[in-house]
Amino acid sequence: MTMMFPKDGDLKAGLRKADGLPAEPTADLFTPEPLEASVREELSKPAPTFWKEAMERLFKNKGAVVSLAILIILSVMAIVGPSMNEFTYREQHIPHSNLPPKISGLEWLGFNGKDVTGTDVYAERGVETNYWFGTDEFGRDVWTRVWKGTQISLFIALVAAFLDLLIGVVYGGVSAYYGGRIDNVMQRIIEILTGIPNLIVIILFILILEPGIRSIILAMIITGWVGMARVVRGQMLQLKGQEFVLASRTLGASDARLLRKHLLPNVMGPIIVTVMFTIPTAIFFEAFLSFIGLGLQAPLASLGVLIEDGYDAIRSFPYKLLIPAVVISLVMISFNLLADGLRDALDPKMRK
Amino acid sequence: MTTEANQQAAGGASGAGEDLLVVKDLKKHFRLDRKTVLKAVDGISFSIKKGETLGLVGESGCGKSTVGRTLTRIYEPTSGEVEFNGMKIGGRIDRGTKRRLNHDMQMIFQDPYSSLNPRMTVTEIVSEGLVIHNPDMKPKERDKRVHELLELVGLNKSHAGRYPHEFSGGQRQRIGIARALAVEPEFIVADEPIAALDVSIQAQIVNLLKELQKDRGLTYLFIAHDLSMVKYISDRIAVMYLGTIVELAESEALYEKPLHPYTQALLSAIPLPDPDKERTREQIILSGDVPSPTDIPSGCRFRTRCPFAMDSCAAVDPVFREVEPGRQVACHLYDPEIMAKEGRELQHQ
Repeated sequence: MTMMFPKDGDLKAGLRKADGLPAEPTADLFTPEPLEASVREELSKPAPTFWKEAMERLFKNKGAVVSLAILIILSVMAIVGPSMNEFTYREQHIPHSNLPPKISGLEWLGFNGKDVTGTDVYAERGVETNYWFGTDEFGRDVWTRVWKGTQISLFIALVAAFLDLLIGVVYGGVSAYYGGRIDNVMQRIIEILTGIPNLIVIILFILILEPGIRSIILAMIITGWVGMARVVRGQMLQLKGQEFVLASRTLGASDARLLRKHLLPNVMGPIIVTVMFTIPTAIFFEAFLSFIGLGLQAPLASLGVLIEDGYDAIRSFPYKLLIPAVVISLVMISFNLLADGLRDALDPKMRK
Repeated sequence: MTTEANQQAAGGASGAGEDLLVVKDLKKHFRLDRKTVLKAVDGISFSIKKGETLGLVGESGCGKSTVGRTLTRIYEPTSGEVEFNGMKIGGRIDRGTKRRLNHDMQMIFQDPYSSLNPRMTVTEIVSEGLVIHNPDMKPKERDKRVHELLELVGLNKSHAGRYPHEFSGGQRQRIGIARALAVEPEFIVADEPIAALDVSIQAQIVNLLKELQKDRGLTYLFIAHDLSMVKYISDRIAVMYLGTIVELAESEALYEKPLHPYTQALLSAIPLPDPDKERTREQIILSGDVPSPTDIPSGCRFRTRCPFAMDSCAAVDPVFREVEPGRQVACHLYDPEIMAKEGRELQHQ
């Protein structure tokens, strides 16, 4: 860049003012150095890749960043939370049953060990140890159970979403790529599957298999992959006719290369977004199944089981319901907000 | 179309030079459902000599692009013979032939925005052919080759690491050309390469194609609907209507004196640069629409819109015959037998 005003660097600012020149050179005093186009091309900074640009956009989205932070904190707690005190999620200790939450230093927040009538239960029963989130009717530590439950809920949701992803991408991809009769048959199968109400399939499934983590996951993926398959098929159909795919075929690219290099990278965005929306749905569905009594069996805890237990004692021991309910709400809101943010970040239409 | 006509069509081209591509009675039909068949290309014959440019013109939906895509084997031809460089590539072909074809025959596409994968860098796009056909090549050599190709098409090597969205339409089309050239093909099907570009950029791209042809002895099938551009680049021009070629001639001759009534109508639609002449330009306006390719009229396909249609046009298929050396037309007006039967005067000679 060259400056337009005369080269009188050692002149004082005051003198410049006297000459009618501003003290600070303003933007309009600058003129771009005439550069050859080719040199200018080399000077400009390298273009960000698609993913880098998408991440930049995602991190500009406040909601998504906060959600991501909350999810990271909750995940860490789900892993380390259960081993942060000396209790286990299944250990019963009847003399300490139904103790309200108590954390020393956080009494003003309600963690004061007083029950709904205002009596300090810890003092009354002479309990020395503090239960951070209180205890349930068998004297099990709710803190441990909540984080154990979060862990199990997240695990079920992640596994279910991953299996949905696997089946959905393969099914949708094959259906769209080969097309014709194969596509026709595969789509009819999907229609039959979606024609049967989800809940009936799942309830029947759990009745046959014994309730447990595995059967819940199986029950959820038996119909869950359909959404993913449809998204992938739609995207692939759109891409298949694009000229860059034809160009690659005229160059003699194999099916595997076409899928790996051209088709999959271009459907990655919608796939990620769909997965991110599947996870909260799976968490909610697990909670729902547990709530109607088809979920995990005691003493295993999931957020749904804890909410169901808490619901029974909502009047006398509201903390039992409140704590797992807050956690599950946070998880679901965060996943949804993050998925929203990702969708906006990955949508090519948002590109400037 | 009769067999004699096909032979005549294939061998009838005049002038010196070896035929690189000979197409005989090529058909491509798409089955839409049990009853309807869309006859996109319905029996066309032509040949292209080495180093020549054949222009293929016609209105939208007449099957131009299908011809190009069938030749490059994106579509399997329904029937017909195609001979490329002495290889028969019409029907089923074995893997070796397919590989050679993928190497010797390339395509430039119409839409520069959808012809480049948005998730690949320019280097990845241009070098794809090299990766497929020359997997042993070292990455460094490959990069060097990509830089050469980019410079050849008027870009520079600092563009190599970028993504397609950073380029303008004309630059993207240049990248598409570089990709096609990477495998050093002999024959390039240019499927409306300039239709999506600005007029000022169109000329640049056409000139680039011409220069490349001069330097590397390329042969083009240039598909377009811009008649003045086609005239500029093509040695010979084939006019398509509803899946068939109605007229094939040297470009000068075709523009000077179009024979087929459809060609006459097409050419009369070109605006003239001279305002005085433009004011008096007589435009032949065809009535009606192009009939659907699923329901093609009997006899001559053009008869429903032809100002000279006669009774014989509905009854007899016109033969694609040579009426002058190097000039073929499919119209009864130039067929002495039919004209005698109709009791009308022969239109030509």
